[in-house]
Amino acid sequence: MRTFWKSNQLKLAPWLFLTPGIFIFCLYVILPVFQSIAISFYAWDGLGVKEYVGVDNYIELADDEAFYTSLKNNLIWLILYMLAVPAGLFVALFLNQTVRGIRIYKSLFFFPFVISQVVVGLVFSWFYDPTHGLMNILLNAIGFDSIAVLADERFVTYGIIVAGLWPQTAYCMILYLTGLNAVDPEQIEAARLDNAKGWRLLWYVILPQLKPATFIAIVVTVIGALRSFDLISIMTSGGPWGSSRVLAYYMYEQAFSEYGFRMGYGAAIAVVLFLIMMIYIAGFLYKMYRDERGL
Amino acid sequence: MKNKKKLLKHSLATMLLATAFSASTFAGNLVINTDTSDPAPKKAFEDLIKGFEAANPDVKVTLNLFDHEGYKTSIRNFLTADAPDLATWYAGNRMLPYVKSGLFESVDDVWENNGLNKSLASAAASMTIDGKKWGIPYTYYQWGVYYRKDLFAANNIAVPKNWAEFKAAGAKLKAAGITPITIGTKYLWTAAGVFDYLNLRTNGYDFHMALTKGEVSWTDERVMKTMNNWKELVDAGFFLDNHAAYSWQEALAPMVQGKAAMYVMGNFAVAPLREAGLTNDQLGFFQFPEITPGIEVAEDAPTDTLHMPANAKNKVDAKRFLAYLAQADVQTQMNETLGQLPINADSVAGSDEFLQAGFKMLSNTSQIAQFFDRDAPAEMAKAGMEGFQEFMVKPERLEKILKRLEKVRMRVYK
Repeated sequence: MRTFWKSNQLKLAPWLFLTPGIFIFCLYVILPVFQSIAISFYAWDGLGVKEYVGVDNYIELADDEAFYTSLKNNLIWLILYMLAVPAGLFVALFLNQTVRGIRIYKSLFFFPFVISQVVVGLVFSWFYDPTHGLMNILLNAIGFDSIAVLADERFVTYGIIVAGLWPQTAYCMILYLTGLNAVDPEQIEAARLDNAKGWRLLWYVILPQLKPATFIAIVVTVIGALRSFDLISIMTSGGPWGSSRVLAYYMYEQAFSEYGFRMGYGAAIAVVLFLIMMIYIAGFLYKMYRDERGL
Repeated sequence: MKNKKKLLKHSLATMLLATAFSASTFAGNLVINTDTSDPAPKKAFEDLIKGFEAANPDVKVTLNLFDHEGYKTSIRNFLTADAPDLATWYAGNRMLPYVKSGLFESVDDVWENNGLNKSLASAAASMTIDGKKWGIPYTYYQWGVYYRKDLFAANNIAVPKNWAEFKAAGAKLKAAGITPITIGTKYLWTAAGVFDYLNLRTNGYDFHMALTKGEVSWTDERVMKTMNNWKELVDAGFFLDNHAAYSWQEALAPMVQGKAAMYVMGNFAVAPLREAGLTNDQLGFFQFPEITPGIEVAEDAPTDTLHMPANAKNKVDAKRFLAYLAQADVQTQMNETLGQLPINADSVAGSDEFLQAGFKMLSNTSQIAQFFDRDAPAEMAKAGMEGFQEFMVKPERLEKILKRLEKVRMRVYK
């Protein structure tokens, strides 16, 4: 026993340390994934008897307008949310200077990420309010008509994304600020000697050194876009007439909300969302794997 | 160190014991879960429990107060996992899922033994599923049109009695720069109130109930007729602009400011309107006007109820409590606090002007609907209300919306 432990200590120790994590991960992540897939083949209200319906839920999903609206919104979210990355970079570059009180400014810019998403949602709902909101008061002042952003199916998703970009930009900014600390001043000096400046300096000298920060920023932004649930719930509850729903919210509505409780259908939506995320997660894991091996 | 450990062990043991005790229900302990988080309902229930405890000193009541919105989801959990002895809910189709899955227990004997079939007769139909009664109704309230008397007077408008007068009144208000009807459809259900009344007045109670029960197609021409009446109002600009951005409370503001004149609402709107400064000289109530002449006038009057879960631990005392709740004097007092109407025929409605108006109106009809989202099953209700909201903003999509609702109907009621 003792000798076995002694001889294999180095190999076994990491696994011992990992065991609790693996166990929890299996119990709360892996297992529910398969449970959800199983439930998606049933019609079930969460209370009564489960009735096996095969792929009926998926067939219905394929013919469900609301599902396509949600899917489209998910894509809009994924694409536009990416604006947080360059925006964060420029705020970080702007704040990366040494003037009096810069730490206060940095904290202020980081502030929206610290406050709760619920608060962000409320603040923006008031900002967009058609009669008393700041945005429409400004619009009226320069001679435009009021726009009820959150009550108009054309603008509502964009309105919520703008609200989401506010804290997300702050998050990317802090990532880049840390990254900028690690930029090698000698390289910049060398570049300047070679007469590089402005955009070219940024693009060819600074950005490559920020690559790890960019990677993390993209990862957290994608996750943020797919987690856009809370803002939608606070600002519109998916409305008007469901035009601001995303898949996560639609799933919640079908499975858990006041008028929902179609667990099977909700699970089917979850499975589709899971598959979409798998594409991204697979790409992410592949990259991690390559980086680990130093390729 | 050792002592400390011992102490910790000891206190842990007592803690466990304490929770074990509080969880086990010994005879005479009654647990009630309610969603009465607003001030008036909260007080009404507290007084009710005090009264019951005074009359039945051997029973100790524990009240678990839930947030009104959160309750709608937590009820599913506690009915299955840790059922109280009594729980508040709503009449009509809204209780169907819990009845069907055997989570509510029939309380026919309470009705039988206390003569409730007579005294609560007006609500008996909405409490009955499969020939059995599933709870005790204790309060309801009228819906109708709340309006600004002073604005009507200033523009020479009499209370409209029929559809033509109603439209004429709106046109006059519109000409005076006043929005005829305020509404906030952000949370959807307010639009259902308007639909209920238009449909009840256009096609009558039986058709409305058949529609919400899924027996009639949404593309039926009678539905079309209702929607076309509605379209007249929408096209004439009767409703508040951007109503999809407001909650029902936010839509009260234009009415208080005198920018809007009417509100199709339940009686609960009176309290906030008064708090905002409207006096009885300014605020009035009228019955939703007639549309199709000769149709019997039906009303929306949602009923709130108390039920006994099938997994209740103390059913004996729960039934005693239900019987107490059904008493005429108890309902009188309780509804005085709630500012609503009692169900018991021998109770006295509060002296408030609006309660009296509602009481009179509801006494004259035997056709009482519960409200769209309680009469129709949840899924149909959700799709319907979303459709109504969309229709109010984009009336040109009517056909598409009705087709969509029909698709939902085919699925929901199979």
